Amino acid sequence: MRPGPDRRTLITGLVATLPAALAAPRVLAQAPPRVVVVGGGFGGTTCARVLQRAGFGVTLVEPSATYTSCAFSNGVVEGTRSLAQQQFGYEGVARQGVVLARLSAVGVDATARSVRLSDGSSLGYDRLVLAPGIDLRFDALPGYDQAAAGVMPHAWKAGEQTLLLRRQLEAMEDGGTVVIVAPANPFRCPPGPYERASLIAAYLKANKPRSKIVILDAKDAFSKQKLFQNAWDDLYPGMIEWVGLSQGGKVVEVVPGEMTLVTEFGRTKATVANVIPPQRAGAIAAAAGTADRSGWCPIDPVTFESKLVPGIHLVGDAIIAGGMPKSAFAANAQAKACADAVAMLLRGQAPAPPKLINTCYSLVGPGYGISVAGVYRPANGLLTDVEGAGGTSPVDAPREQRAQEAIYADAWFRTITAEVFG
Amino acid sequence: MGRALINVPPKARKGQVIDIKALVSHPMETGYRTGPDGALVPRDIINRFLVTWNGQEIFSADLFPAIAANPYFAFTTIAQESGTITFRWFDDKGNAQVETAAIVVE
Repeated sequence: MRPGPDRRTLITGLVATLPAALAAPRVLAQAPPRVVVVGGGFGGTTCARVLQRAGFGVTLVEPSATYTSCAFSNGVVEGTRSLAQQQFGYEGVARQGVVLARLSAVGVDATARSVRLSDGSSLGYDRLVLAPGIDLRFDALPGYDQAAAGVMPHAWKAGEQTLLLRRQLEAMEDGGTVVIVAPANPFRCPPGPYERASLIAAYLKANKPRSKIVILDAKDAFSKQKLFQNAWDDLYPGMIEWVGLSQGGKVVEVVPGEMTLVTEFGRTKATVANVIPPQRAGAIAAAAGTADRSGWCPIDPVTFESKLVPGIHLVGDAIIAGGMPKSAFAANAQAKACADAVAMLLRGQAPAPPKLINTCYSLVGPGYGISVAGVYRPANGLLTDVEGAGGTSPVDAPREQRAQEAIYADAWFRTITAEVFG
Repeated sequence: MGRALINVPPKARKGQVIDIKALVSHPMETGYRTGPDGALVPRDIINRFLVTWNGQEIFSADLFPAIAANPYFAFTTIAQESGTITFRWFDDKGNAQVETAAIVVE
């Protein structure tokens, strides 16, 4: 509960009697401001922990007892990782002193500064951080609804869907066709569909070598494209066919009953179909009024405060981040910058413009990793690439470097999950 | 010129409104860009797209440098008679690419 006016007046009055040096900044002398963070993924959990460490009372609203990481979940599809290796509890978060609310946030009253929860209760806040991740759009691709996802899994939120896709690949006969439908930008994990194609190819090459993979893509270029395509020629020659937008790759309808993908110019039959549909910010973002017509959330790149609703900050996959991709690494980096800005604002100070880093590792096969890195800063109201910083792995690197990058990728996953959930 | 993709329904009823789609791979070089040597890359675009049904024009368009690479047209027409729909793309070099599709109208 927020302090009532009487208590606030009383405290302010007390402060006024203290020496000026002790009295400033005034808000510190009051009850510590409360921050509510919604969403216990890489972004939300990081933000909650950093703010708690900075001395604020923080409640993390997350209905799940464990988090299932999408990052590295293509290894589950490949069959080299278990789902349990993707799962992390919140014990460390609670031990640190973050208050956990095992509920869903269903609405926000931005005027009264309170979050409505799924059990009917409310949480008051001085600043709210939403880190809702993505929702898959079951209204965007004709034929692709919740029921269709049971036949043609998206596996784009890790969990049962990931296991379903794995089971389908295991059940497939040698000589089958795996079709991956990749969406237009923006979407979660830009290199993800191509890493997935690579790791499925690794499984098929070893177990079902007469099988094929077709990627039907709604765009003409993708992340680390040259690195992926060179690796495919090298590791899986003739196995992966990529059909871009201008080659007729855009899927306009799916027919689960016939295992058929309908493109603008033809039809493709699949033995296993992995349909990654268009996405939008998680539902609470729209319920709070922070999503625009695109379905994503415009933010101030210095404070991560919503451009639509004051007092609400957003991080991670849900935001319109300019040049910054929707990745766990990015969400973690944004969450730290956001937490810093929220802390400054609550202390009555002006946040400084952050510099942010992102790195996305992708595994293309056993002991074969590639990466893309970028540095971003606020410019023209967006997070903008710092020119000349970052870059991708060299196209002509020796295999030892690919092996090194596979080790770095694994180390990155262990590091970030230890930092966020440990 | 590059690969062309067309989508014409194989069958239609007389008087039915049908969707037709056509996409051709082409860089649509504007003539305003400089290459690595600093010199202007010469303009090379498709400047006209013409569709005929049994020889009669049903759709045409003039294209200009503002049109993006791989021009994609989708339009509707009314099915009148069985026959051949012919798609022609004309480029700055004077070349034409031709694709045809058969349609049965019942």
